[in-house]
Amino acid sequence: MLKLEGVSKSFGGVAATRDVSLAFADGSFSAVIGPNGAGKTTLFNLITGRFAPDAGRILLAGVDIAGLDRREIVRRGIGRAFQVASLFPTLTVEEALAAAVQAHQRRETVKLQSFPLAAAVSRAGEIMEMLKLTRVAGILSRNLSHGDQKLLDIGLALALDPKVLLLDEPTAGMGPEERWQMIETVQALWRAVHMTLIFIEHDMDIVFKVAQTVRVLSYGTVLAEGTPDEIRRDPSVIEAYLGKSAAA
Amino acid sequence: MTRRWRDLGLAGLGLIVLLLVPMLGAPPAIRDFIMFAMAYGLLAMSLNLLIGYTGLVSFGHAMFFASGAYAFGLAMQSGKFSIPAAFALAIAFTAVLALVIGAICVRLNEIYFAFLTLAFQMLIYNVILGWVSFTGGDQGLMGGIPRPKFLGIDLADRTQLYVFCSVLFVVCIAIMRQIVTSPFGYTLRLIRDNQERAAFLGIDVARAKLVCFVISACMASVGGILLALFVSGAYPNFGFWTTSGEAIFMILLGGSTVFLGPIVGTVILRILTDVTIAYTSHTELVLGIVILILVLGLRKGPLDVIAERLENRRQAKAQKVRDAADDASGKKP
Repeated sequence: MLKLEGVSKSFGGVAATRDVSLAFADGSFSAVIGPNGAGKTTLFNLITGRFAPDAGRILLAGVDIAGLDRREIVRRGIGRAFQVASLFPTLTVEEALAAAVQAHQRRETVKLQSFPLAAAVSRAGEIMEMLKLTRVAGILSRNLSHGDQKLLDIGLALALDPKVLLLDEPTAGMGPEERWQMIETVQALWRAVHMTLIFIEHDMDIVFKVAQTVRVLSYGTVLAEGTPDEIRRDPSVIEAYLGKSAAA
Repeated sequence: MTRRWRDLGLAGLGLIVLLLVPMLGAPPAIRDFIMFAMAYGLLAMSLNLLIGYTGLVSFGHAMFFASGAYAFGLAMQSGKFSIPAAFALAIAFTAVLALVIGAICVRLNEIYFAFLTLAFQMLIYNVILGWVSFTGGDQGLMGGIPRPKFLGIDLADRTQLYVFCSVLFVVCIAIMRQIVTSPFGYTLRLIRDNQERAAFLGIDVARAKLVCFVISACMASVGGILLALFVSGAYPNFGFWTTSGEAIFMILLGGSTVFLGPIVGTVILRILTDVTIAYTSHTELVLGIVILILVLGLRKGPLDVIAERLENRRQAKAQKVRDAADDASGKKP
């Protein structure tokens, strides 16, 4: 279980996250929504150790990880993909994934082996299979289509065998049809691998259709949480976020 | 596996070619040219571990070239060491020096890293200049470097020295080849491409950079030792910033994305220098024009251009595979 207790973070006097308490059950599939500037990405940055929170605790399986080095947090099983895919431009899809697998297995040392190690190749192959990236195995990351770049970004996080996977807007910048393909791939992935998956998403149709539970952030605080049906009917959410038209 | 055997085969072939040169009765000038090229080639190759593979542009790499030459020369002049022992001592000394300097430098990025390495280089250079009683100051290590026989090898003999240097050179190149094709070599590429993301993959970025920095310094020190053996002395300009600049220029002239690019650059630079010195006193002018052509015209080294062409061809093939797969699954391209 991933649990946040009273987590706060300010940047130069601007409170990006205010006293946020949330709990994500093991193996759950949750969405985080909220208007721009609500603190969704900041929340991910706090959980993954990019920033240390000013106050509060972040518990992973009961252990406080708040303020730990991001590498240590990765080692404890929290992986993330980025809103703008964060890749290794000059490596092919297969090379990047194999290198990530080796980094995870701590095989960075110069032994007499050559890159890539057989074990890393087979794991990279599994990941490509899951994400439908096998067809682009030999393409350099910088030459991939936008959708494939987003998938590879997720693949790099998967190479770490995370217990918790955070996806920052997996469908950002995609057309309607591509979005659904993407979210179906993510859903299939979550079913195939037992892990807690949390994603940030702006498309309400997608959120209400696929998420088990939804957390709504606004101005750095938790406005509401519940099942998609509860959120859809919550008056404060309708007012603050969905707008009057959704209530009609 | 096959790739490693191929590389080892090529290394052996390279060594044979180098050894054939004196046997076929090449004039001493050619041999001297090759020895210089091997010493400076190691400097440029080792610097490219940092620049080309890790994305760390060091402006102070020649300090390790000098530290190898001076530590070796001083050890031999003390008369207490055999050549192999002085060799090991010079490399170990450089490793410790690089560990201390690297531990401070690798925490900084880009221009800050570059300037800090430059500053350390000036510090070392000034120590060499100022500590006259120990290093000989601006005169360099005087009196030559003694070369006692060891294991039946007599480095005072020009041919034996040539063979000795060729073997060491090829061994160092093979070690560097193994490093860049190993899992660690790919960790370095991850850092070069995107160090923020590399950290999110759990990689200890600072440690990997430091390891690379120390290895690269040790390889540069071997180059310095070879040069010291060859010229029988060590001089402050081995560690002057212009020597570091020359090494960067060699990488530019050859190409940083091709493993042997810096060697090619070294040979080109040495030929350019030797030819222009023979016919004109305007060597710098010619070199300047060549830099301008490279920077403004190609924007990369000549070998980089060839490598890019080959890569584009491979990419076109990979994209065909993708398009065929997408057509088969009915997905829109």
